[in-house]
Amino acid sequence: MTDRNPNLGSGEELLAVRDLTVTFPTADGDVHAVRGVDYVLRRGEVLGIVGESGSGKSVSSLAVMGLLPKSARIQGSITFRGEELLGLSERKLMKLRGKQIAMIFQDPMTSLNPVYKIGFQLEEAILAHNDLPKDKARKRAVELLEIVGIPFPAKRIDQYPHEFSGGMRQRVVIAIAMANDPDVIIADEPTTALDVTVQAQVLESLRTAQRETGAAMVLITHDLGVVAGQADRVLVMYAGKPVETGGVDDIYYNPRMPYTLGLLGSLPRLDVNRAERLTPIQGSPPSLLSLPPGCPFMPRCPLAKDLCAEQEPELVITDTPEHWAACHYSALLAGKQADEVFAASAEDAALPEEYGAEISGVTGQVTNTVEEVAE
Amino acid sequence: MPSRVNTSAGDTLGGTATPPSRGSREFTVKARSQRQIVFRRFRQHKAAMASLVVFVLVVLFAFIGPLLWSTSPSFMSNDIFTAPDGPHPFGTDSNGIDLLSAVMKGTQSSLIIAVVVSVVSTSFGAIYGAVSGFYGGWTDTIMMRIADLFLTFPIIAIAIMLDNRFQAEASSLWLLIAVLTALFWPGAARVIRAQVLSLKEKEFIEAARALGARDRRIIFRHLLPNTLGSIIVISTLTVAGTILTETALSFLGFGVQFPNTSLGLLVTTNQTAIEGGHPWLFYIPGVFIILIALTINFVGDGLRDAFDPQQTRVRA
Amino acid sequence: MLVYSVRRLLQSIPILVASTFVIFLMVASSVDPMTPYLTKKPPLSAAQLDSLRVKFGLTKPLLQRYWDWLTGLVLHGTFGSSTQTNFHIGQQLGYAMEVTLRLVIGTILIALILAVIVGVTTAVRQYSKFDYATTAIGFLFLSLPTFWFAVLLKEWAIQINESTGTHFFDTLWESSPNPPSGFLPQLGDGAQHLILPVVTLALLSYAAWSRFQRASMLEVLGSDYMRLARAKGLSPFRVLFRHGLRNALIPLTTQVALDTAALLSGAVITETIYSWRGMGLFFINSIEMADPDSVMAWLLVTAVFVVVMNLIADLLYAVLDPRIRLA
Repeated sequence: MTDRNPNLGSGEELLAVRDLTVTFPTADGDVHAVRGVDYVLRRGEVLGIVGESGSGKSVSSLAVMGLLPKSARIQGSITFRGEELLGLSERKLMKLRGKQIAMIFQDPMTSLNPVYKIGFQLEEAILAHNDLPKDKARKRAVELLEIVGIPFPAKRIDQYPHEFSGGMRQRVVIAIAMANDPDVIIADEPTTALDVTVQAQVLESLRTAQRETGAAMVLITHDLGVVAGQADRVLVMYAGKPVETGGVDDIYYNPRMPYTLGLLGSLPRLDVNRAERLTPIQGSPPSLLSLPPGCPFMPRCPLAKDLCAEQEPELVITDTPEHWAACHYSALLAGKQADEVFAASAEDAALPEEYGAEISGVTGQVTNTVEEVAE
Repeated sequence: MPSRVNTSAGDTLGGTATPPSRGSREFTVKARSQRQIVFRRFRQHKAAMASLVVFVLVVLFAFIGPLLWSTSPSFMSNDIFTAPDGPHPFGTDSNGIDLLSAVMKGTQSSLIIAVVVSVVSTSFGAIYGAVSGFYGGWTDTIMMRIADLFLTFPIIAIAIMLDNRFQAEASSLWLLIAVLTALFWPGAARVIRAQVLSLKEKEFIEAARALGARDRRIIFRHLLPNTLGSIIVISTLTVAGTILTETALSFLGFGVQFPNTSLGLLVTTNQTAIEGGHPWLFYIPGVFIILIALTINFVGDGLRDAFDPQQTRVRA
Repeated sequence: MLVYSVRRLLQSIPILVASTFVIFLMVASSVDPMTPYLTKKPPLSAAQLDSLRVKFGLTKPLLQRYWDWLTGLVLHGTFGSSTQTNFHIGQQLGYAMEVTLRLVIGTILIALILAVIVGVTTAVRQYSKFDYATTAIGFLFLSLPTFWFAVLLKEWAIQINESTGTHFFDTLWESSPNPPSGFLPQLGDGAQHLILPVVTLALLSYAAWSRFQRASMLEVLGSDYMRLARAKGLSPFRVLFRHGLRNALIPLTTQVALDTAALLSGAVITETIYSWRGMGLFFINSIEMADPDSVMAWLLVTAVFVVVMNLIADLLYAVLDPRIRLA
C-alpha cells in the first residue's frame, strides 16, 4: 500500500458539503436524487466520486455550482472557504463560477458552442473574470491550449469545435476550466464519452491542469480504473447516498460494503492468472421515485438479512479512521474477495426469485452472524 | 421497449415485519407500454382534452344534428334575412334558407373533405418520404426536388388554373380534394423523410438487414411504424390546414361550388353581410371554421407533446 | 464559403428550368387564348378561327412553342406577347411585383420581430401565465381564415374611421388615387394603406414562427454548451443572447424562407380583399383574359422568387452555422 499523498488530511478545507439532499418534482412524484451527502475537499487532493447512473453523483456536483434547474429542492449546506453557497445570489455565484470553482462536463461533443471559434470561447472565460486587453487574453488562451497539449495552438485557436476530435475538445474544455486558476475543479465523467485510448490523454491533461493550478479536484466517474489512477480519496455512492468512503487504497484493497466489493469484483483483471467468470452484481438500481425503507442495496445483496430491509444503514467507521462504510454487516467483509460473496454467473441482469448467500456453487458460505465475528 | 423479465411489478412500498420477496421489492415503479404512456400524457394536456370534447360535439352537431333538426338546407322559406331567433336559431339568408341547417351541411362537407385530404396526403407523403429517405443518394435528391416543385408554386395559382381547365368537373369535389392533397403531401414527406434519415442509422435496422429483410419490409415493418407519432400529428394538423385553405379557395371562387356547400362557401357568399346589416350570416359560419381549426390544432399539439419522448413536464 | 454558394446556385438552375417546362405544360393545357373567340356571337368563321390560331401560335407543336418561349426569354429578354391590348407583360408585371413586395416584406419584418421576441420570452419563462396566454392567442391566429378576418378587420377599420372622423385606415387600394407629393407624405400614405393588409397577413406567420422559435429556443436552453457558458461565470444576459439566441435563430431563418411561397398565396388573397393592384390581380386578370404568356410570366417570376428565397435561406444558414460550410 502506497501513501499517495503525504499531505492527505492536512490541507486547507476548501469545499465542505454537509447533509446535502436534492429532490426533483416530476409528473410521477418526487425523485430523491441525492439523500444526504457529506464530504470535505482539501487543497491539493483529488476526491473520486464513484457510482452508477442514477446514484446522484452528478447532481450533487451541479448543486455545488448552482447549476440545477430552478424546480430542484436543495437542502443542507455547501460551503466554499467558509462561505455558504446555497441560497447565494446569482450575481455572487457568477463571480465564483469559472474563477474559483470550475467544472468540466461529460460530453465534449456538445459542451462547446458550435458557432463560435475555440479562441473566442476561451477568451470569453478569461475576460469574464479579468480585465485584460484582447491581445493579452488571446496570448493566455494560446498558452492554455499548449498546456493541455493541443498541437499548433496558435493556428488551432481560430478553428471551430467541429474541426476538433472528441479528445481534443475535452482538452479545450479542460483549458477553459483552468483559465482563471481555480481553487476547485469538478470533473463530471470527463472520459466517459471517449475511447479508452483517448481517455489516457485526457486524464493526462487533467493531471496537468491540477498541477499547474494547484487546484483540488472532484473527479466523478463510474470507471474504477480512472479513480484508481487519479484519486487520493474515494466516495462510493448508491441510490443517492454515500455507502463507503475512504482512502483509495482502503477502498480498493479492503472494501467493507457489499456494493463496493461487487463493483471491484466485476472488473476484469489483467494481473490475475485465473480463467474464471466475472462476478457481476445482479439486478438493477432502485427507482429514486419510491424507495422502500431499509438499505437500497438489499435486493441485490447476498448478505442481506431482515435488519437490512427495516433499517437503512448509516455510515460508520470501520477499522481504519477515515474509512467509513454503510452496511450492517460490514465486519463480515473483512478480507473477502468478490467471488466469495457474490455468485459468479453469466445470467441475465434480472434477479432470480431466490437470491442470497444460499446459492450453490458459491465458495465459502457467509453464514457467520455478527455476534460470532465479534467474539 | 422490451418489457422486464420479472413481471411481479407491484407498487409494494410497505415495510412490514417480514420483508417482502426480493423480486417485488426490486421493481417499485409500474411498467407501462408506449400506448399507455402516450394516452396518459395526452390526458394531462388539459387544452387538448377540452378541445377533443368540443370537436366531438361539433362532429355530432354536423352529422347527427340534421336528424334532429328537420328544416332542410335547401328549403327557401319566406323569411328572408331574419335574425337568429326561435324557428331559425342561426337566422336566415337572402333566399330564406335556414342558416342552422346550412351550417350543419356545410360542416359535414368541410369535415369530410378535410379528413379525406388528410388521410390521402399524409399516407402518400409518408410513404414517399420514407422511400426517399431510405434509399438516399440520387433517388433521394430527385424525389425531394420533385416534392419541392409542389412547394414552389403558390397553390392558389395552381388551383385557379386547374379550375379553369376543368370547368365542367369543378362542381364535383374531386378536383378540390386533388388540389388540396397536392398542397399538403410534400410537408408530410419532408418530416417523415427527416425521421427516416435518422432512424435508418439505428442498430435495429442494421439487424433487420442482417436477418435478410428486403427493402420493402424494412420500410413498412420497421421504419414507418416508428414514425407513427409524427404521422398522427401531421394528419391531425392537416385537417385544420385543409379547412382553412378550403375557405381561401372558396373565397376566390375556386373551391367548393354550388350545389355542394361548405363553411368556406357560406362565408364567401355572405361576405357583404356585415355592411348589409345581417352580420350573423358572416359571423356564424366563420366562428364554426375557427372552432374546428382551433380544437384540431390543440388536439394535434397535445398529441405532439404526448409522443415526444424528450418532453419532461415538471409540476413545479 | 464562395464555393458553397456557387455550388448551390448552380444546383438551383436545373430545377428552375425543369419547373418552367412543367408550368408551360400546365398553362398550355389550361389557358386557351381562343376562349373568348369561341363563344362570340355571331360566331366567327372557321377561316377566321384558323387565322387566330396561327396568330397565337397554337398550330405549332408543343415543344416548339416551349422552345420559342424559352429562347425568347433567355436570348431576347421578352416574356412573350400578351393577348390583351397595349399590355407590355414585363412592365405590368414589374409594377405588380413592386406592390406585392411591399406587402410581403412588411409582413416578414413585423411577423419575424414579434415572433422572435415572443418565442424567446416564452421559452425562458416556460409555463408562465404569459406563455399560456400567448400560446392561446397564437393558436387562435393559426385557426383564423385569412379572408374572413380581413373582411372583419376592414369593417372595424371603417367603423373606427367613421367614429373618429378621420381617414386613418385606408382600406382600398395600395395607395391613394391622388397621392400627396414629396417623399415623406408619400411614405405616410403608403403606410396608411399598408397597415391593415400587413396585420392580416402577419398574424398567421407570426403565430407559426413564434411557436417554432419557442421550440428552437427551448432545445437550445437545454443544451450542454449553455450549461458550460453558465459554468464559466458569464452573466445570464450574455449566456442567453450570445450563446442561446445565436443558435436558436438558425432554424428560423430557413423556415422563413421556406414559408415564402405560402406567404405569396396569402398575399394574393389579402390583396383581393383590399383591392390592391398587385400580383394577385395580375394573375386573376390574366386567367380571365385567357392570356397564357402573362400567366407564364407570373408563374416564372414567382418561381424565381421562391427559389431565390430558398437560396438565401441556405446561404444564411451556412453563414450562421459554421458546421454546414463543410457539407
